Amino acid sequence: MTTPTQTLRIDRVPGVLIAQKPRGAEILIEALVHEGVESIFGYPGGAVLHIYDELWRARDRITHYLVRHEQGAVHMAEGYARASGRVGVALVTSGPGATNAMTGIANAYMDSTPIVVITGQVPTPLIGTDAFQEVDTVGITRSCVKHNYLVRDVRDLAPIVHEAFHLARSGRPGPVVIDIPKDVSAAQASYSRFKNITFPCVERSSMPDPSVVRRAVDAILKAERPVLYVGGGIVNSGAADALRSLAEELQLPVTPTLMGLGGFPSAHSLCLNMLGMHGTYAANMAVAESDLLIAIGVRFDDRVTGKLATFAPHARVIHIDIDPANVGKNRAPDISLIADARAALEALHSEIASRQSERLEAVKRRDQWWTTIRAWQREQPLRFSGSREQIKPQSVIRELHRLTRGNALIVTDVGQHQMWAAQFYPFSRARQWITSGGLGAMGFGVPAGIGAQLARPDQLVVAVVGDGGFQMTNQELIVAVQYELPVKVLIMNNGYLGMVRQWQEMFYDRTYSEVDLSVSPDFVKLAQAYGALGIRATRPEELEDVLTAGLSHKGVAVIDVVVAKEENVFPIVPAGGNSRDMIVSQS
Amino acid sequence: MRHTLSIVVADQPGELSRIVGLFSARGFNIETLSVGQTNDSSWSRVTVVTCGDDRTIEQIVKQCERLARVREVHDVTRQPHIEREMALIDVAATPGEMRQEVLSLVGVFRAKVVDISQTGMIIEASGNKEKVEAFIELLRPIGIRDITRTGCIAIGRLSPVRTTNVVDEDEIFVEQAG
Repeated sequence: MTTPTQTLRIDRVPGVLIAQKPRGAEILIEALVHEGVESIFGYPGGAVLHIYDELWRARDRITHYLVRHEQGAVHMAEGYARASGRVGVALVTSGPGATNAMTGIANAYMDSTPIVVITGQVPTPLIGTDAFQEVDTVGITRSCVKHNYLVRDVRDLAPIVHEAFHLARSGRPGPVVIDIPKDVSAAQASYSRFKNITFPCVERSSMPDPSVVRRAVDAILKAERPVLYVGGGIVNSGAADALRSLAEELQLPVTPTLMGLGGFPSAHSLCLNMLGMHGTYAANMAVAESDLLIAIGVRFDDRVTGKLATFAPHARVIHIDIDPANVGKNRAPDISLIADARAALEALHSEIASRQSERLEAVKRRDQWWTTIRAWQREQPLRFSGSREQIKPQSVIRELHRLTRGNALIVTDVGQHQMWAAQFYPFSRARQWITSGGLGAMGFGVPAGIGAQLARPDQLVVAVVGDGGFQMTNQELIVAVQYELPVKVLIMNNGYLGMVRQWQEMFYDRTYSEVDLSVSPDFVKLAQAYGALGIRATRPEELEDVLTAGLSHKGVAVIDVVVAKEENVFPIVPAGGNSRDMIVSQS
Repeated sequence: MRHTLSIVVADQPGELSRIVGLFSARGFNIETLSVGQTNDSSWSRVTVVTCGDDRTIEQIVKQCERLARVREVHDVTRQPHIEREMALIDVAATPGEMRQEVLSLVGVFRAKVVDISQTGMIIEASGNKEKVEAFIELLRPIGIRDITRTGCIAIGRLSPVRTTNVVDEDEIFVEQAG
C-alpha cells in the first residue's frame, strides 16, 4: 500500500520581491527560478506572449535561447539535461509549436531524460472550439510523457511547476509537459514562494530490499559465467563509480548498452564494450554463454536482445531497475530489485564486503570464464579494412579519439555514424556520450550538441552526424553561432542514408530505394553562410589536418568528411536474430 | 484469463483517458470499464476487466502504477471479493403469455421491472457477469430490442475467506437458471 499524498518542500530562496498579485507569467518565471533554471530553449508565438513579455523582464536571471524550430528547442533541452544531469527546459507556443516539439518529447521519454516542456495554449474559453493554433496538447503528448498538465487556474500554476520538476527528475527521469492557456498566464494570483506544496502523486521506494540484495549476492558469488549488462540507468543515477568497484572486486565482465556507454570506461580491461545489434562479438557471445546476467538500468530492448526467446538462453537474470514496469516486461527475471541503480550497487557492494572469503573464491573461479572471453576478443575484435583511396568512416572516429585525447563530449545523430562512434570512440566517463537511443530520431545531433555545449562550456563538444540527419536540423547552427556555443559538427558524409542503404544491400537485394543523397548542399558553403567555419576532407591524407583545424577552431565549425560511400556497420545481428546469426564482416 | 483490476485515481479531468490511453497504446484489452467516486470525493475508482496471462496482467498493473495520479492498483481477481454489474434490458414483451414469462424470469433472477408499455418492458438486472448473461440469454427468445450494461464493479470482501467458500447467491442462481 502506498501513501496517498507526499509533501514537496519548497525552501525559501532569496530573490527579487515580486508584485502583490503577479500575473501567471510572472509566477511561472519565479517558480522556474526557484527550480534553479538558468537557461530556456524556446520559440515565441501568440499563446505565450505574456510569458515572453515576463521573460524579457527576467532576462538577467534566465537566459532564453531562440531556436529556429521547436524540435531543436526540445533536443537542446535534452542535450543540456544529459550533459549536466539537471532538468532541461523548453518553451513553445500552442498548436504548431507543440506539434513541432513532439519528436523531442518522445525522444526524451524513450531515453529517460529529465526535461520540462512548457507549451502555450489558446485561452480557456476557446479550448475545444478549433481555435487558431489550437491542438489538444495534453492529448497528443499523453503517451510519451511521464506526466502532463493543462493549467486551468492560475492558482495551480506554481504547485504544478514544482511538481513537474520533481516528477521529471525523480524515479526514472522523463519529460513533463505543462500546457498553459493564454488567459491563465495573464490572470493574477498571489504567489507565496515558501509555502509547502502538497500533491497527490505517489512516491515509491527506491531503496533496495536487503533480503533481495542477499539473494542477488548469493547468485553472483555462485555464478560461473556472470556478465554485467548495464544501461542508461547507470548514467542517470550517477552509479559509474559504484559499478566500477563492484566489477573490479568480482572481476565481472561488463557490457554497456548504447545508452550505457560512458557508464563504465570503454578501455577498462573488464569492458567487453557494447552488446546487441551492432555490439562486439565478445559481448554478444559472453551474454549468449552466460549463466548469470546482472542487468542494471536496462530494459531488454529489442536492439539488444534480438529474438527474446534465444537471448542469454542459459542465464539466470538479476534485474535491477528503478521502474518496476521495466522488470519482467520483456524477460522475466529470477531475482528482481526495484531500486535506484547506485543505491542497489552500493548495497550489493556492502553485502559482498561482509563475505570476503566467498568473494576471493569467486574471483579465483573467474579465470576460466575470462580465458574464454579473451579468446572471443582475439578471434573477432572490432575491425575494418583501411584504404589509401577513400576515408574510412571508422578511421575518422579513431582519429577524432586520438586528436581529442579521448576527452571530447560526443553527441551523435542516428544511423551508421552513430554506431561507428559507439564502437570506435572509447569513453572514459559518464555523460561523455549523448545519443538518440530509443526513438532513433534523426536530427537530434546538432541541437543536442548545442544544448550540451551550453551545459558544459569547459568541454570540447563534437556532434557527429550523417549527411541525412544533419539536413533535418541544420538550421539550428545559427543558434550556436548567435550565442557563441562553439560546438564542432563532424559530418560523416557518404552521400547516402547509410543505415537504410546497408539494410537494402543486405536484406533487400541491393535495391537502393530512395536512399541516394548525392544531391546535397555544399556543407562548407552552408557553414560559411551561417557564419561558422566550414572545411572539408575528401582524401585520407587530408583527414588529420582538416580535423585538427576544425577541432581547434575557437568558434562553431562544420567539418565535412567525405567518407567511403558503401561501408557497412559490423558486426550486425539481423533484426529478430540472435548471436548465432551475427555477421561479423563483409563476406 | 479474465482479471478484474481496481484502480484508484485522482478525480481530475483527463485522468481516465490516461488510463484508457495506456491500455490502447500498449495493446492491452479492455473488456469492461466503470468509473465512479470513492468514499473520498477527490479520488475515483476505475474498475477494468481485462484478459491476459499473468505476465501481461503484471505489466498492466505496473504500467498503471507509473501514472502520477494513480494511488493504487489492485488485481482483485485472486482476493476474496464481490463483483457485480447491472444491465437495463428492453424486452419486446407484449401483454399476455410473453409478459408472464418475463415476469417469472424476473422473479427467479431477482431482477426488477422499471418501465412497461403496450409493446415492451425494461428490466433492471444485476449480479455477476455470469448471472446477467444467463438472464439475457433466457430473455433473448422473447425478443431483446436493446441492452445497456454497466461493466463490472468490484469490492473486497469484509472477511478474509476465499470467495469459493462463501455462499454466493448469484452462483446459486446461475446454476438454477443455466
